[in-house]
Amino acid sequence: MTDPLLPVDAYLVESLPEIWFGAVLFALGMYVVLDGFDFGIGMLYATRTDERERETFLAAFGPVWDANEVWVVAFGTMLLAAFPRVYSRLLADNYLLALGFVVALVFRGLGPELREQRDDERWKRYTDYAFIGGSVFTPLLLGMLAGRWLFGGATLPVALTGVGLVAVSIVTGAAFLAAKTEPGLASELRAYGIGATLAYLGGVVVLLGTVVVTDAGGAADAVLSLPVAAVVALSVAVGLGGSVLARRDRYQAWLASALALPTLLTILVAILLYPTIYPPTGLLVREAVVSPLALNLVTVLGFPVLLLVLWYFKFLYGVFSGPIEGEGYGG
Amino acid sequence: MDPITLLSAVDPVLATFLPPELASRMQFGWTISVHIIFASLSIGLAPFIIYFTWKDVRTNEQRYARLRSFWVKVFAAGFVMGTVTGIPMSFQFGTNFPQFAEVAGELIGGPLAFEAKMAFFLEAVFLGVLLYGRDRVKDRTYIISSVLVGFGAWLSGFWILIVNAWMQTPRGYEMVTRNGMEIAKLTDPFAAFFTPRMPWMYVHMMNASVISVALLVAGVSAYIVWKKPDAEAWNTALKLAVVLLIVSAPFQAVHGDAYGRHVEDTQPQKFAAMEAHYETGQADLHLLAFPKSPEALTDPRAENLVTVSLPAVGSFLASGGDFDAEVIGLNEYEENPPVALVFWSFRFMVGLGFLFIGLALWGGFLMYRGRLADSTRYLQAMIAASPFGYAALLTGWYVTEIGRQPWVIQGELKTSEAVSSTLTGAEATLTLGGFVVLYVGLMLTALYILKWLVREELRSLGIRESSGGRWHGPIPWVSSDD
Repeated sequence: MTDPLLPVDAYLVESLPEIWFGAVLFALGMYVVLDGFDFGIGMLYATRTDERERETFLAAFGPVWDANEVWVVAFGTMLLAAFPRVYSRLLADNYLLALGFVVALVFRGLGPELREQRDDERWKRYTDYAFIGGSVFTPLLLGMLAGRWLFGGATLPVALTGVGLVAVSIVTGAAFLAAKTEPGLASELRAYGIGATLAYLGGVVVLLGTVVVTDAGGAADAVLSLPVAAVVALSVAVGLGGSVLARRDRYQAWLASALALPTLLTILVAILLYPTIYPPTGLLVREAVVSPLALNLVTVLGFPVLLLVLWYFKFLYGVFSGPIEGEGYGG
Repeated sequence: MDPITLLSAVDPVLATFLPPELASRMQFGWTISVHIIFASLSIGLAPFIIYFTWKDVRTNEQRYARLRSFWVKVFAAGFVMGTVTGIPMSFQFGTNFPQFAEVAGELIGGPLAFEAKMAFFLEAVFLGVLLYGRDRVKDRTYIISSVLVGFGAWLSGFWILIVNAWMQTPRGYEMVTRNGMEIAKLTDPFAAFFTPRMPWMYVHMMNASVISVALLVAGVSAYIVWKKPDAEAWNTALKLAVVLLIVSAPFQAVHGDAYGRHVEDTQPQKFAAMEAHYETGQADLHLLAFPKSPEALTDPRAENLVTVSLPAVGSFLASGGDFDAEVIGLNEYEENPPVALVFWSFRFMVGLGFLFIGLALWGGFLMYRGRLADSTRYLQAMIAASPFGYAALLTGWYVTEIGRQPWVIQGELKTSEAVSSTLTGAEATLTLGGFVVLYVGLMLTALYILKWLVREELRSLGIRESSGGRWHGPIPWVSSDD
């Protein structure tokens, strides 16, 4: 009855569970990087009052945000497919945080979509509130969810993780916009980006310091390891280096370094988790993973598609590359 | 003290909260009901979008450009609504029904992940191109983008229905103990993906989406044609929608009849609930049924109904030709689904299905006589019928989903065992309230967007809503906002 093409009782490669641990965090990282700059755009949008500038901000993320958002679904479903126990515990244990996150995401998604449907000042104001509020609360609550995943119920580290994700989103949002807009606007955004970078780096150091002192979620030993120190040092170097690039108006290079920050943050999450996958219960990757046949199947059918998806994104960002012209991309 | 703890401290308040299981079921039922409207809008609009885009790019005719632009905007609004209502739904597997997610993870996780990776990305990426990329990509790439968006919508339905069909007729697994819990282990992917229910469900659902959207397109077109009979684009759209309805509506009835027999074979309890058939034996078919008392409305036993029935036809339909066939009755089971909901939903769906066939035949006759746009009565009927496709689609889902209760995985896991053990009534009830308010807002917004788009279209055709044309009232199912 079983498919002879796939091994039933053994993983395709011995380390497949670890590969999937990496794949799930890769999807999370893609989400934090890509939708992260969308959130940043939404927060920086609050600093603009000029209608033309607001339109420019919306045009900057209009063609791509739908696609960026799918990464959170990819993350959730990949976690369910490979580690159903972690998926169910993480969401059930953090019921209100998880639903708060998706509700914030609803507002973030609807704001810009509804704004353009009606030419009315009051309508635009309300939809802008939805956009800005959603852009702040989505990364905040997602960060807190990640904090609970890593450190359990410890309040300060959880809150700091949320604020950290907000700060890093502002950095990437500012860099993304600076790379796509005119020099005058870009230099204003640069100031927000640099400020957020310093806040983010400071926040990470305070967070890890707090974890070491209080041993939140039993993660003190993990924080005091060489890989964590390396990632933190690299983050500081990239953050400060990016700020220097931004001050020299080298916005493309700044964007590249800014995107490295949430990438490094995701790597930090991976290091702090492994070899457990749900530290509050001490559950290990190997204990939580699905049986060989199920994992082999999602690997064989899913990984090639993941490569195809990356190609779509390359195509999409290629089509909409370059500076934003006038009111948008035209349609 | 957090708000929940504070509330828990107040006993009388606590007593007003629903039990977690009931609140979770209502929450899931409510969110999926709203989500499915938008999901099926994408599925049903896909063929229209592809056709209009292709004709627009190839012929350069103004009418196709107009139709493409209008319906792509509707599609985009529907897609956003579908996304924002779909993400909470996928989370609810974990937040409200974590035991289900854990027990069934190996079986449902793969298809859900494939849906995200194969279908959802495809739709989202190429919708960006379709909406913003007309001047940035070649004609051919633009047409291909519309095809990929449509393909993504249909593929999305495929993977989701693999999951749902597995829950109805589970196959390809064995129960094993892992980490101290009984879970379903995947043993045969092919059997698990292509369950007996899968082809039935896919065809029925996709066709229901096409019918719903054909009615919506026909309704909007009929309204605009009414206001401006010579609106060339909208006469084209009306004809196209009616042609699609002529094909899809009768097909749904034929397919539905055979599907019913399959349900009787695989889920006899659900079939019995659909027919309010309590005693095992020969079954009548109730064409019309009215309760004699208010109690009978919630428990429609055959003897408490005034019925217009075809004797033994229930047996005939269930068996595919045998009037004497024995049909298992609800009395055979210890627990039954809420029979009234299933019974009335089923009647509502079937009744509407026949109405759609009538509308399709009527439209076909008018088209044959070349009078489709001239019949005020037909235009009126199509405007009125535009939301009915969704009513049929939703009640069809209620038959499928409520009819399966008390099981979440038929014969394997009960809904009561699937719900979160840590969830409190307060959490579940408060979030249910939140979702109700939020989603009512979403649906009203979606209706307003459609209204604004129609008004904008009329304006660009040189018609103000309050003047000209044959009809002067507001759009019947959207109240005026100014």
